[in-house]
Amino acid sequence: MKQEEVNFGKSDQFNLTMIPGSFARRMRTCLIWQFFRFTVINIKMLIVVSKSH
Amino acid sequence: MARLIIMGGGVSGHTTATFAKKWLGEEHEVVVVTPNSQWNWIPSNIWVGVGQMSKKDVVFPLAPVYAKAGIDYRQAKAVSIHPNGKEGSDESYIIIESTKEGTQGQTEELTYDYLVNATGPKLNFDATEGLGNGKGELGNNTVSVCTADHAVHANIELKQLFEKARKAKQDGTGERQKILVGTGHGMCTCQGAAFEYIFNIEHEAKKAGVRDMIDIKWISNEAFLGDFGMGGLHMKVGGYAVSSKLFAESLYAERNVDWIIGAHTSKVEAGKIEYELLDGTMHEETFDFAMLIPPFAGVGLKGYDKDGSDISDTLFAPNGFMKVDAKYDAGAYENWKASDWPETYQNPTFDNIFAAGIAFAPPHLISKPMSSPNGTPINPTPPRTGMPAGIIGKAVAHSVCDMIKKGKENAHLHKASMADMGAACVASAGKGIFDGTAAAMTVYPVVPDFEKYPGTGRDTDYTFGEIGLAGHWIKHILHHMFIYKAKLKPGWTLIPE
Repeated sequence: MKQEEVNFGKSDQFNLTMIPGSFARRMRTCLIWQFFRFTVINIKMLIVVSKSH
Repeated sequence: MARLIIMGGGVSGHTTATFAKKWLGEEHEVVVVTPNSQWNWIPSNIWVGVGQMSKKDVVFPLAPVYAKAGIDYRQAKAVSIHPNGKEGSDESYIIIESTKEGTQGQTEELTYDYLVNATGPKLNFDATEGLGNGKGELGNNTVSVCTADHAVHANIELKQLFEKARKAKQDGTGERQKILVGTGHGMCTCQGAAFEYIFNIEHEAKKAGVRDMIDIKWISNEAFLGDFGMGGLHMKVGGYAVSSKLFAESLYAERNVDWIIGAHTSKVEAGKIEYELLDGTMHEETFDFAMLIPPFAGVGLKGYDKDGSDISDTLFAPNGFMKVDAKYDAGAYENWKASDWPETYQNPTFDNIFAAGIAFAPPHLISKPMSSPNGTPINPTPPRTGMPAGIIGKAVAHSVCDMIKKGKENAHLHKASMADMGAACVASAGKGIFDGTAAAMTVYPVVPDFEKYPGTGRDTDYTFGEIGLAGHWIKHILHHMFIYKAKLKPGWTLIPE
Protein backbone atom coordinates (compact mmCIF):
# COMPACT_ATOMS: atom_id res chain seq x y z
CA MET A 1 0.00 0.00 0.00
CA LYS A 2 1.26 3.48 -0.83
CA GLN A 3 2.08 5.63 2.20
CA GLU A 4 -0.57 8.21 1.38
CA GLU A 5 -3.23 5.50 1.34
CA VAL A 6 -2.46 4.16 4.82
CA ASN A 7 -4.17 6.95 6.79
CA PHE A 8 -7.37 6.91 4.69
CA GLY A 9 -8.32 3.72 6.46
CA LYS A 10 -7.68 5.03 9.96
CA SER A 11 -10.81 7.13 10.39
CA ASP A 12 -13.87 8.29 8.48
CA GLN A 13 -12.69 11.87 8.90
CA PHE A 14 -9.37 11.06 7.22
CA ASN A 15 -11.15 9.11 4.49
CA LEU A 16 -13.09 12.16 3.33
CA THR A 17 -10.16 14.47 2.73
CA MET A 18 -7.07 14.54 0.48
CA ILE A 19 -3.63 13.30 1.44
CA PRO A 20 -0.53 14.27 -0.55
CA GLY A 21 1.27 11.61 -2.54
CA SER A 22 5.00 10.94 -2.55
CA PHE A 23 5.79 13.57 -5.21
CA ALA A 24 3.96 16.34 -3.33
CA ARG A 25 5.62 15.29 -0.07
CA ARG A 26 9.11 15.24 -1.63
CA MET A 27 8.62 18.69 -3.14
CA ARG A 28 7.89 20.10 0.32
CA THR A 29 11.49 19.56 1.35
CA CYS A 30 13.18 19.65 -2.09
CA LEU A 31 15.80 22.37 -1.64
CA ILE A 32 15.76 23.70 -5.22
CA TRP A 33 11.97 23.89 -5.38
CA GLN A 34 11.74 25.35 -1.89
CA PHE A 35 14.30 28.07 -2.71
CA PHE A 36 12.05 29.03 -5.60
CA ARG A 37 8.92 28.93 -3.39
CA PHE A 38 10.77 30.95 -0.71
CA THR A 39 11.25 33.74 -3.25
CA VAL A 40 7.66 33.57 -4.50
CA ILE A 41 6.11 33.50 -1.00
CA ASN A 42 8.28 36.41 0.15
CA ILE A 43 7.22 38.51 -2.84
CA LYS A 44 3.55 37.69 -2.18
CA MET A 45 3.91 38.53 1.51
CA LEU A 46 5.65 41.83 0.74
CA ILE A 47 2.76 42.78 -1.56
CA VAL A 48 0.23 42.00 1.20
CA VAL A 49 2.32 43.92 3.74
CA SER A 50 2.58 46.95 1.42
CA LYS A 51 -1.19 46.87 0.78
CA SER A 52 -1.82 46.84 4.54
CA HIS A 53 0.18 49.93 5.57
CA MET B 1 5.70 69.11 26.54
CA ALA B 2 3.01 66.45 26.12
CA ARG B 3 3.04 63.11 27.87
CA LEU B 4 1.93 59.95 26.08
CA ILE B 5 1.42 56.85 28.22
CA ILE B 6 1.27 53.44 26.64
CA MET B 7 -0.15 50.71 28.86
CA GLY B 8 1.36 47.42 27.70
CA GLY B 9 4.66 46.51 26.07
CA GLY B 10 3.76 43.62 23.78
CA VAL B 11 3.82 43.70 19.98
CA SER B 12 1.29 46.51 19.75
CA GLY B 13 2.39 48.60 22.74
CA HIS B 14 6.08 48.28 21.91
CA THR B 15 5.42 49.33 18.30
CA THR B 16 3.36 52.34 19.42
CA ALA B 17 5.93 53.43 22.00
CA THR B 18 9.03 53.07 19.86
CA PHE B 19 7.57 54.81 16.80
CA ALA B 20 5.98 57.56 18.92
CA LYS B 21 9.30 58.29 20.60
CA LYS B 22 11.11 58.32 17.27
CA TRP B 23 8.60 60.78 15.79
CA LEU B 24 8.15 62.95 18.89
CA GLY B 25 11.83 63.20 19.84
CA GLU B 26 13.00 64.82 23.07
CA GLU B 27 10.30 67.51 23.04
CA HIS B 28 7.67 65.16 24.37
CA GLU B 29 7.55 62.38 26.91
CA VAL B 30 6.69 58.76 26.12
CA VAL B 31 6.02 56.44 29.07
CA VAL B 32 5.51 52.67 28.86
CA VAL B 33 3.76 50.89 31.73
CA THR B 34 4.07 47.13 31.53
CA PRO B 35 4.15 44.51 34.29
CA ASN B 36 6.82 42.52 32.43
CA SER B 37 10.54 43.06 32.71
CA GLN B 38 11.17 41.15 29.49
CA TRP B 39 9.84 41.35 25.97
CA ASN B 40 8.70 38.00 24.59
CA TRP B 41 8.47 37.07 20.91
CA ILE B 42 5.41 34.92 21.57
CA PRO B 43 5.18 33.15 18.17
CA SER B 44 8.42 31.30 18.97
CA ASN B 45 7.13 30.02 22.34
CA ILE B 46 5.92 26.91 20.54
CA TRP B 47 9.55 26.03 19.79
CA VAL B 48 10.40 26.49 23.48
CA GLY B 49 7.50 24.16 24.25
CA VAL B 50 9.11 21.35 22.27
CA GLY B 51 12.69 22.04 23.39
CA GLN B 52 13.90 23.46 20.08
CA MET B 53 14.60 26.85 21.63
CA SER B 54 15.38 28.02 25.15
CA LYS B 55 13.63 30.79 27.03
CA LYS B 56 16.55 33.16 26.45
CA ASP B 57 16.11 32.77 22.68
CA VAL B 58 12.63 34.30 22.82
CA VAL B 59 12.94 37.03 25.47
CA PHE B 60 15.14 40.05 26.18
CA PRO B 61 15.14 42.68 28.96
CA LEU B 62 13.09 45.78 28.18
CA ALA B 63 14.87 48.30 30.45
CA PRO B 64 18.05 48.78 28.36
CA VAL B 65 16.08 49.07 25.13
CA TYR B 66 13.78 51.75 26.53
CA ALA B 67 16.72 53.53 28.17
CA LYS B 68 18.47 53.68 24.78
CA ALA B 69 15.31 54.99 23.11
CA GLY B 70 14.67 57.64 25.77
CA ILE B 71 11.37 56.06 26.82
CA ASP B 72 10.34 56.28 30.48
CA TYR B 73 9.75 52.63 31.44
CA ARG B 74 7.68 51.67 34.47
CA GLN B 75 7.55 48.02 35.43
CA ALA B 76 4.01 48.09 36.74
CA LYS B 77 0.48 47.13 35.88
CA ALA B 78 -2.14 49.74 35.12
CA VAL B 79 -5.04 49.53 37.57
CA SER B 80 -7.44 52.34 36.66
CA ILE B 81 -8.02 55.19 34.25
CA HIS B 82 -9.29 58.60 35.42
CA PRO B 83 -9.89 60.52 32.20
CA ASN B 84 -11.53 63.53 33.86
CA GLY B 85 -9.01 63.87 36.67
CA LYS B 86 -10.05 64.08 40.32
CA GLU B 87 -11.38 66.51 42.89
CA GLY B 88 -9.34 69.67 42.56
CA SER B 89 -7.59 68.69 39.33
CA ASP B 90 -8.72 68.31 35.71
CA GLU B 91 -5.57 66.46 34.72
CA SER B 92 -6.23 62.98 33.33
CA TYR B 93 -4.30 60.26 35.06
CA ILE B 94 -3.93 56.53 35.55
CA ILE B 95 -3.06 54.57 38.67
CA ILE B 96 -0.31 51.99 38.31
CA GLU B 97 0.88 49.29 40.70
CA SER B 98 4.52 48.27 40.67
CA THR B 99 5.47 44.68 39.81
CA LYS B 100 9.16 45.34 40.26
CA GLU B 101 11.05 43.47 42.92
CA GLY B 102 11.57 45.72 45.91
CA THR B 103 8.67 48.07 45.18
CA GLN B 104 6.04 45.43 44.41
CA GLY B 105 2.50 46.53 45.21
CA GLN B 106 3.30 50.25 45.53
CA THR B 107 0.86 52.44 43.64
CA GLU B 108 1.49 55.71 41.81
CA GLU B 109 -0.53 58.26 39.87
CA LEU B 110 0.69 59.14 36.38
CA THR B 111 -0.88 62.06 34.54
CA TYR B 112 -1.22 61.93 30.78
CA ASP B 113 -2.15 64.00 27.78
CA TYR B 114 -2.65 60.95 25.57
CA LEU B 115 -3.21 57.36 26.58
CA VAL B 116 -2.88 54.17 24.53
CA ASN B 117 -4.31 50.95 25.93
CA ALA B 118 -2.23 48.08 24.54
CA THR B 119 -2.53 45.83 27.56
CA GLY B 120 -3.19 42.70 25.52
CA PRO B 121 -5.31 39.94 27.00
CA LYS B 122 -5.80 38.43 30.40
CA LEU B 123 -5.24 34.69 29.96
CA ASN B 124 -8.57 33.69 31.46
CA PHE B 125 -7.71 30.15 32.60
CA ASP B 126 -10.35 30.24 35.32
CA ALA B 127 -13.15 30.57 32.74
CA THR B 128 -13.00 26.77 32.50
CA GLU B 129 -13.24 24.71 35.68
CA GLY B 130 -9.93 22.97 36.28
CA LEU B 131 -8.02 24.77 33.53
CA GLY B 132 -6.97 27.48 35.94
CA ASN B 133 -5.85 27.26 39.56
CA GLY B 134 -8.65 29.47 40.89
CA LYS B 135 -6.28 32.41 41.20
CA GLY B 136 -6.30 33.34 37.54
CA GLU B 137 -3.24 31.30 36.68
CA LEU B 138 -2.62 28.06 34.84
CA GLY B 139 -3.69 25.01 36.84
CA ASN B 140 -1.90 21.69 37.25
CA ASN B 141 -3.97 19.60 34.86
CA THR B 142 -2.71 20.95 31.55
CA VAL B 143 0.23 22.91 30.15
CA SER B 144 0.33 26.13 28.12
CA VAL B 145 2.63 27.86 25.63
CA CYS B 146 1.12 31.32 26.12
CA THR B 147 4.18 32.62 27.98
CA ALA B 148 7.85 31.66 27.77
CA ASP B 149 7.77 30.21 31.31
CA HIS B 150 4.68 28.17 30.48
CA ALA B 151 6.44 26.85 27.39
CA VAL B 152 9.54 25.83 29.37
CA HIS B 153 7.31 23.84 31.71
CA ALA B 154 5.38 22.33 28.77
CA ASN B 155 8.62 21.05 27.27
CA ILE B 156 9.63 19.34 30.54
CA GLU B 157 6.27 17.56 30.70
CA LEU B 158 6.43 16.64 27.02
CA LYS B 159 9.89 15.12 27.34
CA GLN B 160 8.69 13.03 30.31
CA LEU B 161 5.85 11.73 28.15
CA PHE B 162 8.26 10.90 25.31
CA GLU B 163 10.40 9.02 27.84
CA LYS B 164 7.38 6.96 28.99
CA ALA B 165 6.57 6.14 25.36
CA ARG B 166 10.18 5.14 24.68
CA LYS B 167 10.25 2.89 27.73
CA ALA B 168 6.94 1.27 26.77
CA LYS B 169 8.33 0.61 23.30
CA GLN B 170 11.56 -0.88 24.68
CA ASP B 171 9.73 -3.04 27.22
CA GLY B 172 7.14 -4.07 24.65
CA THR B 173 4.26 -3.27 27.01
CA GLY B 174 2.32 -1.58 24.24
CA GLU B 175 1.16 1.16 26.62
CA ARG B 176 0.28 4.14 24.45
CA GLN B 177 0.42 7.82 25.42
CA LYS B 178 -2.33 10.24 24.53
CA ILE B 179 -1.79 13.91 23.68
CA LEU B 180 -4.61 16.44 23.45
CA VAL B 181 -4.01 19.94 22.07
CA GLY B 182 -6.44 22.74 21.23
CA THR B 183 -8.78 25.19 22.90
CA GLY B 184 -9.86 25.07 26.52
CA HIS B 185 -13.16 26.94 26.13
CA GLY B 186 -15.90 27.58 23.58
CA MET B 187 -14.92 31.24 23.17
CA CYS B 188 -11.17 30.92 22.59
CA THR B 189 -9.11 32.61 19.93
CA CYS B 190 -5.48 31.94 18.91
CA GLN B 191 -6.13 28.50 17.39
CA GLY B 192 -3.00 29.14 15.31
CA ALA B 193 -0.71 28.71 18.31
CA ALA B 194 -2.32 25.38 19.22
CA PHE B 195 -2.17 24.34 15.56
CA GLU B 196 1.58 25.03 15.52
CA TYR B 197 2.15 23.26 18.80
CA ILE B 198 0.34 20.06 17.85
CA PHE B 199 2.31 19.66 14.62
CA ASN B 200 5.60 20.51 16.29
CA ILE B 201 4.87 17.82 18.89
CA GLU B 202 4.08 15.38 16.09
CA HIS B 203 7.34 16.29 14.32
CA GLU B 204 9.40 15.91 17.52
CA ALA B 205 7.72 12.60 18.39
CA LYS B 206 8.76 11.28 14.98
CA LYS B 207 12.33 12.49 15.50
CA ALA B 208 12.40 10.86 18.94
CA GLY B 209 11.25 7.56 17.41
CA VAL B 210 8.11 7.35 19.57
CA ARG B 211 5.41 8.56 17.17
CA ASP B 212 4.02 5.04 16.82
CA MET B 213 3.42 4.92 20.59
CA ILE B 214 1.50 8.19 20.79
CA ASP B 215 -2.05 9.11 19.82
CA ILE B 216 -2.41 12.80 19.08
CA LYS B 217 -5.78 14.53 19.05
CA TRP B 218 -6.96 18.07 18.31
CA ILE B 219 -9.92 19.67 20.08
CA SER B 220 -11.24 23.04 19.04
CA ASN B 221 -14.17 25.43 19.22
CA GLU B 222 -13.98 25.99 15.46
CA ALA B 223 -17.06 24.90 13.51
CA PHE B 224 -14.70 23.43 10.93
CA LEU B 225 -10.97 22.77 10.78
CA GLY B 226 -9.14 25.74 9.28
CA ASP B 227 -11.59 28.38 10.58
CA PHE B 228 -8.77 30.04 12.61
CA GLY B 229 -11.25 32.56 14.02
CA MET B 230 -11.52 34.23 10.61
CA GLY B 231 -14.41 32.18 9.28
CA GLY B 232 -11.83 30.21 7.29
CA LEU B 233 -10.44 31.45 4.00
CA HIS B 234 -10.31 30.42 0.39
CA MET B 235 -7.00 30.08 -1.34
CA LYS B 236 -5.71 29.14 -4.74
CA VAL B 237 -4.02 25.74 -4.74
CA GLY B 238 -3.18 23.71 -7.85
CA GLY B 239 -5.47 25.77 -10.04
CA TYR B 240 -8.43 25.44 -7.63
CA ALA B 241 -9.85 27.98 -5.20
CA VAL B 242 -10.27 25.81 -2.10
CA SER B 243 -11.46 26.31 1.46
CA SER B 244 -8.91 26.25 4.28
CA LYS B 245 -11.06 23.39 5.65
CA LEU B 246 -9.71 21.04 2.99
CA PHE B 247 -6.20 22.42 3.43
CA ALA B 248 -6.27 21.83 7.21
CA GLU B 249 -8.02 18.45 7.11
CA SER B 250 -5.47 17.22 4.60
CA LEU B 251 -2.60 18.09 6.93
CA TYR B 252 -4.28 16.45 9.96
CA ALA B 253 -5.03 13.27 7.99
CA GLU B 254 -1.52 13.14 6.54
CA ARG B 255 0.04 13.47 10.01
CA ASN B 256 -2.44 11.06 11.60
CA VAL B 257 -3.85 13.67 13.98
CA ASP B 258 -7.48 13.01 14.82
CA TRP B 259 -9.79 15.96 15.51
CA ILE B 260 -12.82 17.04 17.53
CA ILE B 261 -14.38 20.33 16.40
CA GLY B 262 -17.25 22.53 17.55
CA ALA B 263 -16.29 21.75 21.15
CA HIS B 264 -16.63 23.79 24.33
CA THR B 265 -14.35 22.37 27.01
CA SER B 266 -16.42 22.73 30.15
CA LYS B 267 -14.29 20.97 32.76
CA VAL B 268 -10.70 19.83 33.11
CA GLU B 269 -9.47 17.24 35.58
CA ALA B 270 -6.22 15.35 35.90
CA GLY B 271 -6.06 13.26 32.73
CA LYS B 272 -9.61 14.01 31.60
CA ILE B 273 -11.74 16.75 30.06
CA GLU B 274 -15.47 17.13 29.64
CA TYR B 275 -16.75 18.94 26.59
CA GLU B 276 -20.00 19.93 24.92
CA LEU B 277 -20.44 19.75 21.15
CA LEU B 278 -22.45 22.05 18.91
CA ASP B 279 -25.21 19.44 18.80
CA GLY B 280 -25.57 19.79 22.58
CA THR B 281 -24.18 16.35 23.47
CA MET B 282 -21.70 16.00 26.33
CA HIS B 283 -18.52 13.90 26.02
CA GLU B 284 -15.29 13.05 27.80
CA GLU B 285 -11.77 12.69 26.51
CA THR B 286 -8.79 11.33 28.40
CA PHE B 287 -5.18 12.44 28.00
CA ASP B 288 -1.69 11.95 29.35
CA PHE B 289 -0.56 15.39 28.20
CA ALA B 290 -2.75 18.33 27.22
CA MET B 291 -2.11 21.87 26.05
CA LEU B 292 -5.34 23.85 25.96
CA ILE B 293 -5.39 27.54 25.06
CA PRO B 294 -7.42 29.66 27.54
CA PRO B 295 -9.99 32.24 26.42
CA PHE B 296 -8.92 35.87 26.44
CA ALA B 297 -10.53 38.69 28.42
CA GLY B 298 -9.65 42.30 29.13
CA VAL B 299 -7.04 42.75 31.86
CA GLY B 300 -9.56 44.14 34.34
CA LEU B 301 -8.81 47.86 34.10
CA LYS B 302 -11.39 50.11 35.72
CA GLY B 303 -12.46 53.62 34.77
CA TYR B 304 -13.46 56.35 37.23
CA ASP B 305 -14.96 59.79 36.82
CA LYS B 306 -13.84 62.92 38.64
CA ASP B 307 -16.26 62.26 41.52
CA GLY B 308 -15.05 58.69 41.91
CA SER B 309 -18.05 57.09 40.19
CA ASP B 310 -17.37 54.00 38.10
CA ILE B 311 -17.35 54.74 34.35
CA SER B 312 -15.87 51.39 33.26
CA ASP B 313 -18.97 50.79 31.10
CA THR B 314 -18.17 53.95 29.14
CA LEU B 315 -14.59 52.92 28.46
CA PHE B 316 -14.89 49.15 28.14
CA ALA B 317 -17.13 46.54 26.52
CA PRO B 318 -18.56 43.83 28.83
CA ASN B 319 -15.63 41.51 27.95
CA GLY B 320 -13.20 44.08 29.38
CA PHE B 321 -11.75 45.21 26.06
CA MET B 322 -11.72 48.93 25.29
CA LYS B 323 -14.43 50.53 23.17
CA VAL B 324 -13.14 52.22 20.04
CA ASP B 325 -14.65 53.59 16.82
CA ALA B 326 -16.34 50.30 15.91
CA LYS B 327 -20.04 49.72 15.21
CA TYR B 328 -21.07 47.76 18.28
CA ASP B 329 -24.76 47.65 17.41
CA ALA B 330 -24.48 45.81 14.10
CA GLY B 331 -27.00 43.22 15.27
CA ALA B 332 -27.44 39.81 13.67
CA TYR B 333 -24.83 38.01 11.56
CA GLU B 334 -26.75 38.83 8.37
CA ASN B 335 -26.24 42.54 9.03
CA TRP B 336 -22.50 42.40 9.66
CA LYS B 337 -20.36 44.51 7.37
CA ALA B 338 -16.67 45.14 6.94
CA SER B 339 -17.35 48.77 7.83
CA ASP B 340 -18.37 47.70 11.37
CA TRP B 341 -14.66 47.32 12.16
CA PRO B 342 -12.74 50.20 13.73
CA GLU B 343 -10.42 52.38 11.66
CA THR B 344 -8.71 54.80 14.04
CA TYR B 345 -9.00 52.92 17.38
CA GLN B 346 -9.95 56.15 19.16
CA ASN B 347 -12.26 55.87 22.15
CA PRO B 348 -15.63 57.40 21.21
CA THR B 349 -15.98 59.28 24.54
CA PHE B 350 -12.43 60.45 25.22
CA ASP B 351 -10.56 61.58 22.10
CA ASN B 352 -7.16 61.36 23.80
CA ILE B 353 -7.53 57.64 24.52
CA PHE B 354 -6.81 54.90 21.98
CA ALA B 355 -6.63 51.10 22.12
CA ALA B 356 -4.34 48.92 20.03
CA GLY B 357 -3.85 45.21 19.41
CA ILE B 358 -5.85 42.71 21.44
CA ALA B 359 -6.95 45.44 23.88
CA PHE B 360 -9.57 46.93 21.54
CA ALA B 361 -13.09 45.52 21.64
CA PRO B 362 -14.03 44.03 18.26
CA PRO B 363 -17.56 44.86 17.07
CA HIS B 364 -18.46 41.19 16.70
CA LEU B 365 -17.00 37.85 15.67
CA ILE B 366 -15.52 37.22 12.24
CA SER B 367 -16.55 33.55 12.19
CA LYS B 368 -20.23 32.72 11.94
CA PRO B 369 -21.71 32.71 15.47
CA MET B 370 -22.71 29.26 16.69
CA SER B 371 -24.20 27.89 19.87
CA SER B 372 -25.37 24.52 21.11
CA PRO B 373 -29.08 23.77 21.74
CA ASN B 374 -28.23 24.33 25.44
CA GLY B 375 -27.36 27.93 24.61
CA THR B 376 -23.60 27.53 25.00
CA PRO B 377 -21.76 29.78 22.53
CA ILE B 378 -19.13 27.75 20.69
CA ASN B 379 -17.25 29.90 18.23
CA PRO B 380 -13.77 31.34 17.90
CA THR B 381 -13.34 35.00 18.78
CA PRO B 382 -11.49 37.28 16.35
CA PRO B 383 -7.69 37.06 16.23
CA ARG B 384 -5.94 40.43 16.68
CA THR B 385 -2.37 39.33 17.27
CA GLY B 386 0.83 39.51 15.22
CA MET B 387 0.88 41.62 12.09
CA PRO B 388 -2.49 43.37 12.66
CA ALA B 389 -1.44 44.26 16.22
CA GLY B 390 1.79 45.83 14.94
CA ILE B 391 0.11 47.75 12.11
CA ILE B 392 -2.62 49.06 14.44
CA GLY B 393 0.04 50.09 16.99
CA LYS B 394 1.93 52.06 14.34
CA ALA B 395 -1.24 53.76 13.02
CA VAL B 396 -2.20 54.79 16.56
CA ALA B 397 1.31 56.16 17.17
CA HIS B 398 0.99 58.17 13.95
CA SER B 399 -2.38 59.62 15.00
CA VAL B 400 -1.23 60.56 18.49
CA CYS B 401 1.96 62.18 17.19
CA ASP B 402 -0.07 64.22 14.70
CA MET B 403 -2.45 65.30 17.48
CA ILE B 404 0.46 66.35 19.69
CA LYS B 405 2.35 68.20 16.96
CA LYS B 406 -0.51 69.76 14.98
CA GLY B 407 -3.21 70.00 17.62
CA LYS B 408 -6.37 67.90 17.81
CA GLU B 409 -8.26 70.09 15.32
CA ASN B 410 -5.68 69.86 12.56
CA ALA B 411 -4.47 66.31 13.13
CA HIS B 412 -5.10 63.55 10.65
CA LEU B 413 -6.23 60.32 12.28
CA HIS B 414 -4.52 57.36 10.61
CA LYS B 415 -6.59 54.35 9.66
CA ALA B 416 -5.79 50.65 9.99
CA SER B 417 -9.03 48.72 9.66
CA MET B 418 -8.72 44.94 9.80
CA ALA B 419 -11.23 44.92 6.96
CA ASP B 420 -8.72 46.76 4.80
CA MET B 421 -5.59 45.04 6.05
CA GLY B 422 -3.96 41.76 5.15
CA ALA B 423 -1.99 39.44 7.35
CA ALA B 424 0.91 37.15 6.68
CA CYS B 425 0.87 34.11 8.91
CA VAL B 426 3.50 31.42 9.08
CA ALA B 427 2.40 28.44 11.17
CA SER B 428 5.23 26.08 11.97
CA ALA B 429 4.53 22.39 11.48
CA GLY B 430 7.96 21.21 12.60
CA LYS B 431 11.38 22.81 13.10
CA GLY B 432 14.45 21.88 11.06
CA ILE B 433 16.61 23.67 8.49
CA PHE B 434 16.29 20.78 6.00
CA ASP B 435 13.33 18.76 7.26
CA GLY B 436 11.13 21.45 8.86
CA THR B 437 7.84 22.59 7.40
CA ALA B 438 5.43 25.43 7.94
CA ALA B 439 2.15 26.56 6.49
CA ALA B 440 2.86 29.95 4.95
CA MET B 441 -0.37 31.87 4.48
CA THR B 442 -1.46 35.34 3.56
CA VAL B 443 -4.98 36.58 3.89
CA TYR B 444 -6.36 39.81 2.46
CA PRO B 445 -8.26 41.32 4.11
CA VAL B 446 -8.34 39.77 7.59
CA VAL B 447 -12.02 40.63 8.00
CA PRO B 448 -13.89 39.48 4.89
CA ASP B 449 -15.54 42.21 2.84
CA PHE B 450 -18.39 40.65 0.91
CA GLU B 451 -19.34 43.96 -0.70
CA LYS B 452 -15.91 44.40 -2.23
CA TYR B 453 -15.19 40.71 -2.84
CA PRO B 454 -18.50 38.92 -3.35
CA GLY B 455 -18.12 35.17 -3.02
CA THR B 456 -15.26 34.52 -0.62
CA GLY B 457 -15.10 37.99 0.96
CA ARG B 458 -11.40 38.17 0.20
CA ASP B 459 -9.05 38.87 -2.70
CA THR B 460 -7.98 35.37 -3.81
CA ASP B 461 -4.97 36.86 -5.62
CA TYR B 462 -3.52 37.77 -2.23
CA THR B 463 -5.01 34.99 -0.11
CA PHE B 464 -2.97 31.84 -0.44
CA GLY B 465 -1.35 29.10 1.57
CA GLU B 466 1.13 26.29 1.10
CA ILE B 467 3.09 23.91 3.26
CA GLY B 468 6.79 23.40 2.88
CA LEU B 469 10.35 23.99 3.99
CA ALA B 470 10.27 27.54 2.57
CA GLY B 471 7.62 28.43 5.14
CA HIS B 472 9.88 27.17 7.91
CA TRP B 473 12.78 29.27 6.66
CA ILE B 474 10.51 32.33 6.63
CA LYS B 475 9.29 31.60 10.17
CA HIS B 476 12.90 31.23 11.35
CA ILE B 477 13.98 34.46 9.65
CA LEU B 478 10.97 36.32 11.08
CA HIS B 479 11.98 35.17 14.57
CA HIS B 480 15.39 36.87 14.27
CA MET B 481 14.09 39.84 12.30
CA PHE B 482 11.37 40.82 14.77
CA ILE B 483 13.58 40.41 17.82
CA TYR B 484 16.19 42.57 16.04
CA LYS B 485 13.49 45.17 15.33
CA ALA B 486 12.14 45.08 18.88
CA LYS B 487 15.66 45.69 20.23
CA LEU B 488 15.75 48.86 18.09
CA LYS B 489 18.97 47.87 16.40
CA PRO B 490 20.22 49.91 13.38
CA GLY B 491 17.67 50.02 10.58
CA TRP B 492 14.80 48.71 12.77
CA THR B 493 12.27 51.04 11.15
CA LEU B 494 12.91 49.43 7.76
CA ILE B 495 11.48 46.10 8.96
CA PRO B 496 7.73 46.15 8.39
CA GLU B 497 5.27 45.17 11.10
